[in-house]
Amino acid sequence: MTLEDLKPGQEGTVISVGEKGPARRRIMDMGVTPGATIKVIKVAPLGDPIEVNIRGYELSLRKEEAKQIQVQ
Amino acid sequence: MSINIALAGNPNSGKTTVFNEITGSKQHVGNWPGVTVDKKEGTYKKDRDVKVLDLPGTYSLSPYSAEEIIARDFIVNEKPDVVINIVDGTSIERNLYLTLQIIETQIPLVIAINMMDEVEAKGDTIDFNKLSEILGVLVVPIVARKAKGLNHLMEAAIETARNKKKPNNVQVFDKNIDSALLKVEQLLEDKSPDERRWKAIKLIEGDEVITNGLSDDTIKQVNIIVKEAEKEADGDTEAKIADLRYKYISKILKGIVKKSEKGHVSNKSDKLDKILTNRFLALPIFAMIMYLLFAATFSENFLLIKGLPSPGIWLAGLVEEGWGALTGGIESILSNAGASDWILSLVIDGVMEGIGAVAGFLPLVLVLFLLLSFLEDSGYMARVAFVMDRLFRHLGLSGKSFIPLLMGFGCSVPALMASRTLESDKDRKITMMITPFMSCGAKLPIYAMFAATLFAGSNKTIIVFSIYMLGLVIAIISALLLNKFAFKGETSNFIMELPQYRIPTGKSILIHGWDKVKGFAIKAGTIIFVSTVLIWLLSNFNFTGMVDMEDSFLASIGNAIKFIFAPLGFADWRASVGVVTGWIAKENIVATFGQLFGGIGDEATIEAISSGAQALPEIRDVFTQVSAYSYMAFNLLCMPCFAAVGAMKREMVSWKWTLKAISFQMVVAYIVALIINTLGNLIF
Repeated sequence: MTLEDLKPGQEGTVISVGEKGPARRRIMDMGVTPGATIKVIKVAPLGDPIEVNIRGYELSLRKEEAKQIQVQ
Repeated sequence: MSINIALAGNPNSGKTTVFNEITGSKQHVGNWPGVTVDKKEGTYKKDRDVKVLDLPGTYSLSPYSAEEIIARDFIVNEKPDVVINIVDGTSIERNLYLTLQIIETQIPLVIAINMMDEVEAKGDTIDFNKLSEILGVLVVPIVARKAKGLNHLMEAAIETARNKKKPNNVQVFDKNIDSALLKVEQLLEDKSPDERRWKAIKLIEGDEVITNGLSDDTIKQVNIIVKEAEKEADGDTEAKIADLRYKYISKILKGIVKKSEKGHVSNKSDKLDKILTNRFLALPIFAMIMYLLFAATFSENFLLIKGLPSPGIWLAGLVEEGWGALTGGIESILSNAGASDWILSLVIDGVMEGIGAVAGFLPLVLVLFLLLSFLEDSGYMARVAFVMDRLFRHLGLSGKSFIPLLMGFGCSVPALMASRTLESDKDRKITMMITPFMSCGAKLPIYAMFAATLFAGSNKTIIVFSIYMLGLVIAIISALLLNKFAFKGETSNFIMELPQYRIPTGKSILIHGWDKVKGFAIKAGTIIFVSTVLIWLLSNFNFTGMVDMEDSFLASIGNAIKFIFAPLGFADWRASVGVVTGWIAKENIVATFGQLFGGIGDEATIEAISSGAQALPEIRDVFTQVSAYSYMAFNLLCMPCFAAVGAMKREMVSWKWTLKAISFQMVVAYIVALIINTLGNLIF
């Protein structure tokens, strides 16, 4: 399952984060690393991006990026 | 002995507030060489020997953004005496990730835990002594917005700098990574063990910037070590290291942060966000805030009240009036003193007009930036990007591009400066290149003149409206093309913090507004002043001395270049001169046409033509409906006025890019006008 599949209000644990590259490094720098709990807060009014809570703060990312994040 | 302090921290950690509080008014904003990142320097207000530098806000010291590279190069190469790391206490876990990377450089460090009032309001506690003990650095709680704890912080920083106290060599990595680090360290030749260690970490992270200066042989051996470690770790080392840093932080924070037993209570910020980015309310609220932003800066009927000027327009009026009075005073003094015509004209039409052109924009820049810094500091700006991202992504732009583009309908000068809020260099450049395509207020008089003269009747409105739409469509096409061809391969992502909403402090808003006004006056002012005086010279002189515009250098230039415009439908020297005087200010085209076509000199008539109340029939000799439309399109899209060029130069921090942008606009204007004229003549 990926982060994109979670609905607002649902949470999961990060298993892995996509392919090597600047985007993944940025995602991990922001605290989305294996083992972290991630909760989807809401979806933007136009349907994308999404807002998640991770390590006690709010982060937004596009669905395209959320797809790279495996959760359970 | 002087001490150099660098402030480091995450964006939104309150770093700039700390900087403003400890430097007071003793600060200077410049630019890091070659990039559009502010470089803020100042001195400690209580000790002038203590220099403070505000590093760009970053989440990490990875090599992927200009800000991160600046921050780490400064820490590693310039070696400040001490780094103050501002940590947002409300998201301490993520903030300490940067802290760990600063510790890796082994630079003397002090940690300031900010927003302690919010932490306490939540009922959480942080054990500062324990954190200090584990990391081997002094930890000071502060509330920057209320200037609390800052004296302690500065004492701690100065003490740490004097003692040259390094942080502990904390055990972040596992055995596998540690042994790989040791092997890499042995390959490196740097004298200091700290530097070898730092470089080794970066090499194992796969940092490509750091490999500059290493021999091919060393790089090869490093790669072998990394491969081995990756086999052992069952994954790549870059991810592993990020993971280990966060694991270490979680581990130490267990004994340090005590969360309130109430659990997560939604605070005011959460409640506010529920409304502001609500599925149904977000867009109407967004539209309202954007309307207010635009209206407060540019509207002559503010809040839809007829005749009530917005703060921006009101201030601009005051400046204009004051300037007019001053110019009038100088004029009468000069003529009483018997000054010759050309001196009078130089001072009044050249110098005073030139400075006035700069001064006239300052109120707009001020008002817009007071409001923008309110949006930025309050946390709403991040939501602008969140709400608009989907719409702008397809153009390859950020949701925040909406603000410069919207402001472009008022005036390109503050609009171009507003592009500074965009993070990505690519987004910023493309946004700046297309912002002048939004038809600004000064271009309206040109349309009004043509509409009244050549399009009289019911289609007047449609003609003017279609020009606005044309600008919008060309902007969209340009963004798509620039993305595809000029900036290909540069992908942007949207991994962004949505900070807590906070009420901004008046002080930081005022400082920001003042910086912008000062920056524009100095950096853009010179360009505007010089070009205005130059055009004055060209339009008032020829080799025999001072003459009317009809016989000036500019008229000769107009005659020489008019052939260029033949394919666009207006091969006339007066039309060419209009394009040039339009660069001083687009509305000047009307006055130029009035003078050159109709011999009209009085301001009242020019104003009547500008508002569309009166026609200028003489232009029918040169312009047909098709060529008039082509001329309007050309002036809409071609190089904006010098003030906008100055703003563009200031924001691009590069003449090369400014010239590229101008060339792009000229080519687009030419092609579009050519198409209009060609198709128009085929159809009509």
